[in-house]
Amino acid sequence: MNPSTDRIERRILLKAPRSRVWRALSDAAEFGAWFGVDFKGKTFVAGKPVQGKITYPGYEHLLMEVQIERLEPERLLAWRWHPAAIEPSVDYSHEPTTLVVFELEEAEGGTLLTLVESGLDNIPLERRATVLRLNTSGWDEQIRNIEKHVAAN
Amino acid sequence: MRLRLVTALCLGGAMSITQLTAGTDITRQAITKHLGVLAAAGLVRDVKVGRERLWEFDPAQLDEARRTLEAIAQQWDHALAKLKLAVEE
Repeated sequence: MNPSTDRIERRILLKAPRSRVWRALSDAAEFGAWFGVDFKGKTFVAGKPVQGKITYPGYEHLLMEVQIERLEPERLLAWRWHPAAIEPSVDYSHEPTTLVVFELEEAEGGTLLTLVESGLDNIPLERRATVLRLNTSGWDEQIRNIEKHVAAN
Repeated sequence: MRLRLVTALCLGGAMSITQLTAGTDITRQAITKHLGVLAAAGLVRDVKVGRERLWEFDPAQLDEARRTLEAIAQQWDHALAKLKLAVEE
């Protein structure tokens, strides 16, 4: 295992109370709204999978599934998934998953969110190429949309 | 053992099996087997120099792993930016 390629860690200060951030993470529908997946009517329950259609333009034909691992109110959300599982014809179920953990802490001026995705070294090489393709084919457009949204507000 | 081989090839450039076994009690056969495993994983490759067969470190796979990581990290940056917008509204 190579520590430099196995995990991603991000820390971001959100200017909102912890209860608000927790709702955006743990309420499946709210989560889906910012993440880009339709989880309306779904519930996150530890040990249970949640499935929904991706709402990101160009990927609406795809299902996203996460297996909820841990749910600790206002503190921690963890799930496992197959990152960038974008080929409808491929059965990813036998492939190793990565672990995604969101952790919340009180911080001055809001809530500190730490995101860690680990286990990426276990993802087969041919799938890594797909991840790269996904990145170049649509992401830039979405970033421009956000920039527009921020500029307008 | 394999880590030591990769380290040696990183530091020393292309090397023959004779050079890799020098000063150790590891057999040529064992080294060849380890190199085979590393080559299958894409971490080393063999090159012909004249009549000699040399082994060298192949950075392509590590580069690819690193690029993938950057791509996924970028996707997360993007998702977190959307989360930030959602909770700060």
